[in-house]
Amino acid sequence: MTSDSLKNQRQKHNGNEEALQNSSNSCPFESLTQDIIFAILDSLALTHDSLSLKSFSLTSKSFYYLESLHRKSLKPLRSQLLPRILHRYSSISRLDLTLCPRVDDHTLSSISSLCKSRLRSIDLSRSRFFTSSGLSYSVTNCSFLVEIDLSNATTLTDSAAAVIAEAKNLERLWLVRCKLISDIGIGCVAVGCRKLRLLSLKWCCRVSDLGVGLIAMKCEDLRSLDLSYLPITEKCLSSILRLQSLEDLVLVACVGLDDDGLRTLKHGCRSLERLDVSNCQSIGHLGLSSFTEGSTCLRLLVLSYGCSVTAVAAKCLQNFSLLQSIKLDGCLVTCCGMKAIGNWCASLVELSLSKCSGVTDVGLCSIVETQKELKKLDITCCRWISYISIDSNTRSCTSLTSLRMESCTQVSKEAFVLIGKCCPFLEELDVTDNEIDDEGLKSISSCSKLCSLKVGICLNVTDQGLISIGMSCSELAELDLYRCLGITDVGVASVAQGCPKLRVINVEYCNKVIDTSLRMLSNCLGLKALEARGCPCISSVGLLAIAEGCRLLTMLDIKNCYNINDSGMVSLACYSQNLKQINLSYCSVTDVGLLALASIRQLQNMTVLHLTGLTPNGLASALLAS
Amino acid sequence: MDLKNRTVAETWAKPSSSAKDLPKQLTPDHRSFTSFNNQQQKWEDTSLLDFNNGIQPPFPEFNQTSKAPQNHNSQIKGPDQEDMQSNETPDSNRFQDWDPRVMLNNLSFLEDKIHQLQDLVHLIVGRRGRVLGQPDELATQQQQLITTDLTSIIVQLISTAGSLLPSVKHTLSTANPAIGQLGQLGGVLFPPANNLNGGVPQQNSGGSKVSDQSNQIELTENCGTEQNYAAEEHEAKDDDDADEGENLAPGSYEILQLEKEEILAPHTHFCMICGKGFKRDANLRMHMRGHGDEYKTPAALAKPNKDSSEPMLLKRYSCPYAGCKRNKDHKKFQPLKTILCVKNHYKRTHCDKSYTCSRCNTKKFSVIADLKTHEKHCGKDKWLCSCGTTFSRKDKLFGHIALFQGHTPALPLDETKPSSVPSDRAENNESKLGNIGFNFSASASSGNAVQNMVDVKGAVDDPTAYFSPLNFDPCNLPGFHEFPRPSLEESDGSFSFLIPDACNYNQKTGGESGSNDLE
Repeated sequence: MTSDSLKNQRQKHNGNEEALQNSSNSCPFESLTQDIIFAILDSLALTHDSLSLKSFSLTSKSFYYLESLHRKSLKPLRSQLLPRILHRYSSISRLDLTLCPRVDDHTLSSISSLCKSRLRSIDLSRSRFFTSSGLSYSVTNCSFLVEIDLSNATTLTDSAAAVIAEAKNLERLWLVRCKLISDIGIGCVAVGCRKLRLLSLKWCCRVSDLGVGLIAMKCEDLRSLDLSYLPITEKCLSSILRLQSLEDLVLVACVGLDDDGLRTLKHGCRSLERLDVSNCQSIGHLGLSSFTEGSTCLRLLVLSYGCSVTAVAAKCLQNFSLLQSIKLDGCLVTCCGMKAIGNWCASLVELSLSKCSGVTDVGLCSIVETQKELKKLDITCCRWISYISIDSNTRSCTSLTSLRMESCTQVSKEAFVLIGKCCPFLEELDVTDNEIDDEGLKSISSCSKLCSLKVGICLNVTDQGLISIGMSCSELAELDLYRCLGITDVGVASVAQGCPKLRVINVEYCNKVIDTSLRMLSNCLGLKALEARGCPCISSVGLLAIAEGCRLLTMLDIKNCYNINDSGMVSLACYSQNLKQINLSYCSVTDVGLLALASIRQLQNMTVLHLTGLTPNGLASALLAS
Repeated sequence: MDLKNRTVAETWAKPSSSAKDLPKQLTPDHRSFTSFNNQQQKWEDTSLLDFNNGIQPPFPEFNQTSKAPQNHNSQIKGPDQEDMQSNETPDSNRFQDWDPRVMLNNLSFLEDKIHQLQDLVHLIVGRRGRVLGQPDELATQQQQLITTDLTSIIVQLISTAGSLLPSVKHTLSTANPAIGQLGQLGGVLFPPANNLNGGVPQQNSGGSKVSDQSNQIELTENCGTEQNYAAEEHEAKDDDDADEGENLAPGSYEILQLEKEEILAPHTHFCMICGKGFKRDANLRMHMRGHGDEYKTPAALAKPNKDSSEPMLLKRYSCPYAGCKRNKDHKKFQPLKTILCVKNHYKRTHCDKSYTCSRCNTKKFSVIADLKTHEKHCGKDKWLCSCGTTFSRKDKLFGHIALFQGHTPALPLDETKPSSVPSDRAENNESKLGNIGFNFSASASSGNAVQNMVDVKGAVDDPTAYFSPLNFDPCNLPGFHEFPRPSLEESDGSFSFLIPDACNYNQKTGGESGSNDLE
């Protein structure tokens, strides 16, 4: 029964109008019980497809009612309508206001009086204009708030933190970039919100050891703590490491931490699973080893842009048997260090060496030969590696799912054939700026699970390679053809036909791409982002096709497409109601087109540089209309 | 050990403690006895009378020694005696019109002690009869034990008698600067018991107040250690003899208890000549220089050295306030470590907080140093807890919050920072007072202006209590070593005019404290 109804739902998704007709004629859905409909709604919610939910509620009055009854989370576009929306959705527990840049105290008070204690989560990370008094409405009326995101509230002060401290049930709190909140405010939060499990204090640069120390002392349930960019020292770390259930600790760019201080720490945190100390230049291997001593559960270690990875440093870390993932981006890596990593007792799943200097064939081979379980490898900008590395890598790490090797310019084109042959499970491949050619692409097309392929600036790639991709990689969702000058409509068309799940495509500066390509791409119903900058052959006709077909389009870049004019904008205004971001610079769009675009409700970001046809009055009217 | 036993033991412990102090006090005196030999001879000749009058003949062998101090006193004719009494015997202020009741009190106390000693001797006699093969050493020890106790008795007797002789006290003028250090006198008594030289050191005590270290060591090695040992032994015996129980007091320390008046007395050192009181021995020595060139010798100015190498029984102090946890009768008695601790504890806990901060008019203190410490920060407390407590430092606030459940940091009010413009002088003073300990010493040296009235009141009813001033010598207390005493001495030494200066400065505070103590 449920599956049937799900099928029905899918139909509706595909053909909205049909479903509407069905319901109005026979109302076969009226017989469904409430439980079943709720189950349908649950499964719909999993797809994060707002459109299908919308069509569901439009099916019938009862569906409309049931959907509003069932909906738990809401991401409103405009805060002005919030009171009415909240009247309709009476069981909202999660409110995401990231699309509402203006949320003032009045809005917050009306939200809190409508949602009362049902509200569990509120996201104000992109909103402004509210103050601590508005927060206090929310906190006092919605006493069961579990989650508050106040990131980017740069005007909030300690008084706001004191208000938050009243939310006794709070478990997750983001205060990213709350620059005015100091130790005192954090102290209030520490004392008030004893149930905190997640706390992010990133960029709260007024918070020091004292506040963090108090947090660690009072909030014993903390699981996740982000202290990036804080001026903290080892003084507060000792109490943090005493937390019994801390799993996730982020210490990006905590420049106050150094080896001497860390060495005074007697013990590590046993429960720690993920540790990020990237950009802490003064933490060497000695500090790190004393800092992580006893952290036997460690799974993820991020040491990016930190100390150099030498043999000694690598040996310090060799005892984490559960370590799965290590990121050494931007570090100086020596050959001995890489050999030592190869000898770790842990079997690594993910290794990131992007932008590392000192990565050589010898070193990389010694790692990949022993770490056969490797699934994700990032060797972006390792310019000294060659065919040898890729050869040994592909032979030993056959279960590789992600390989990023942008700008590995010394790797010859034969290597990419090997990748296709030996890594059948590859899902993500970034070969931007490489020597890959059609042969390589043909070989890679055998990776049937490939969903992301980036071949930007690969001048050797032509339609032939792309056709083979389009033939066999039906899972492809993201394709980057940036400046692949050899690509024409043929290649794009074959991809558009063979990869219906395509969501993101970049054909920037592929000057041979014309409207035909766009017409073919309009078959990819899920297309969300189209970047066609610098394709002078594209016109409003192609845009019309895209607008008609790809209703989910949210991001469009048609900069420097001179042939696109107001009619293209009108078609967008008609069909692409989900459009959020558009770049129209250097197009032939005038006031009319802009006014048409203004009717797109979700549009948030519009770049209109050098629109010669645009007058100030036109811009003003467009802005007023939006 | 039950309570009763213990108290009995303590009563014994006190005299013995005084006895134990004797060698210590004595040490300074040992220095250059050679120079005084002649004098010593004289003394011995002169007046045994006093002593004989006072004490029954049971201990003839001690006659000489007992004489000695008396002689010394009469000969030297310093205010020494007077001062001593003012410190040690109760009601020293009533010299002029002596109180027979006090005298009776003292006498009966002495009687008790003599009886106890008598018992002890009896016991020794009995044991001797039983155990023939006693080594000589033990015998001498016993002898020493008795000696020490006798000494203390004699000293008390003398001081009691002294109060009857106003003429004596006026004529007495002594070079002995260290007043209140009965030990000096008492200590003198020992040597005769051990060796002939013993008599000599006493003389030194009279002649030059400050000891020369090198000389002293030699002597202390000879007799001091032995005496000390004897004292301890004696004490242990006391316990045995005095009560049924065999046990020592729990812990290996002895408990001393000062009386309230003593604790509150601002001065413990008095000038023999003019009677001026000082809180610190060093200040007294500085003061003494004004009385003549003989006080300006390096020897006279040097710190009376205590030989700490001798094994000593730990001293701990009890608060006289009944029911206080620091009182020895309390179930969970926790002794105080030093006299300084006693003083501060007693003032803080059992006295009115009479010093009010002049800035905030809310905070009150009973120890002047606490007030000074507070005034240093008063008005600067900008870190506020929800409980109303203010802190001058953020980390202290956070420590406080970490400690207590439910306390939150309170948001600072928007009001501007209080304008606190302390006078330079106050700042200077405060900067000197590094910590409480030092504060105390500083305030001890202060209050010179008020000194005289204090000893008057310092009278104590309980004669046993007179030991305590003996024991109180800052140099002695281990805690004091850390305090910047040298700097103080230095400054005092290099600038003689500093003393009056100190007086002026202290009149604000020390004077206040003095009057307060006298209430």
